[in-house]
Amino acid sequence: MWRYLIPISIFIALAIVLAGGLHLKPGCIPSPLIGKPAPAFTLVKVEDPTQQISNKDFLGRKYLINVWGTWCVACRQEHEALLAIAKQGIVPIVGIDWKDDISLAQRWLNQLGNPYAGTGYDNEGRVAIDFGVYGAPETFLVDEQGKVLYKYVGVMTPEVWQNAFLPRINNTGAIKDSEGTTCS
Amino acid sequence: MFIKIFQSLFLAAMLAVPAWAIDSAPAFEDPVLLARYDNLTRQLRCLVCLNDSIADSNATLAGDLRHELREQLASGKSDDEVLKFMTDRYGAFVMYKPPFEARTWVLWLGPGIFLLGGLAIAIRIIIKRAKLPIEDNDSNNSSEGDIA
Repeated sequence: MWRYLIPISIFIALAIVLAGGLHLKPGCIPSPLIGKPAPAFTLVKVEDPTQQISNKDFLGRKYLINVWGTWCVACRQEHEALLAIAKQGIVPIVGIDWKDDISLAQRWLNQLGNPYAGTGYDNEGRVAIDFGVYGAPETFLVDEQGKVLYKYVGVMTPEVWQNAFLPRINNTGAIKDSEGTTCS
Repeated sequence: MFIKIFQSLFLAAMLAVPAWAIDSAPAFEDPVLLARYDNLTRQLRCLVCLNDSIADSNATLAGDLRHELREQLASGKSDDEVLKFMTDRYGAFVMYKPPFEARTWVLWLGPGIFLLGGLAIAIRIIIKRAKLPIEDNDSNNSSEGDIA
């Protein structure tokens, strides 16, 4: 009897482990920045290249950092959602235009509308490396003390805003996933 | 004659491989720095492609990370400092060799545990078989399937 039960139970255990593995997201890399100070940056402003934008200007309040680029299809998809978030006026969105052509970025903002309090032009990708960015779009939530609260990798949607960001911003409601990083 | 030509062409092609490296110019003139650079680019994972090192990847991010690496090595940073810079930003995942910690011990010890387990089972079976009475060949063959 045992002789049959043992291989079958090993098989079932293995099947369960492997089935669990199918639901993993190996491409979703947890950010080591969660709970740590957001890297400081000062970049040329896309909206007005004679000016600069720094995230130090936003200390003292919660804000979003959204990494995007005109080459990024998913960024085009989330643009409406970002505009809606900006309209609510709960938190300012700081844009980082990553590895892009500044004139294309300007045209993008003029044509589609500008949800950003200001967008830094990160052509070299230096600031993106400091933030551990590995794909656009990525959105960070930074708290009043300048610490990174949360990172979301993927397309921002009204649902993600409602379920993942707002509870963390308002400190209310149950946060569904306690993880500091989630991916779409 | 033809074989000779073929051989030398083949050899030339093999030696020319570095010319196909991803960046157009070699990273460093200094062979010591170059060796350190090569070693580090092979230890770091390209986060876009996941299963390539940044030495092998054409992704823009991998190019940016190689650029960062070159500048840091040129400015005199040690290997550990460079790797810390990367893991501070991208986490342990950026390392091809994961560190030994609470989350990864199964990964490191798993193969050894399986090997020992397999060995234990094999030894048990061998001992069991050794204890069986020796019979003549015909009856031995017919009973072989029952031994567990």
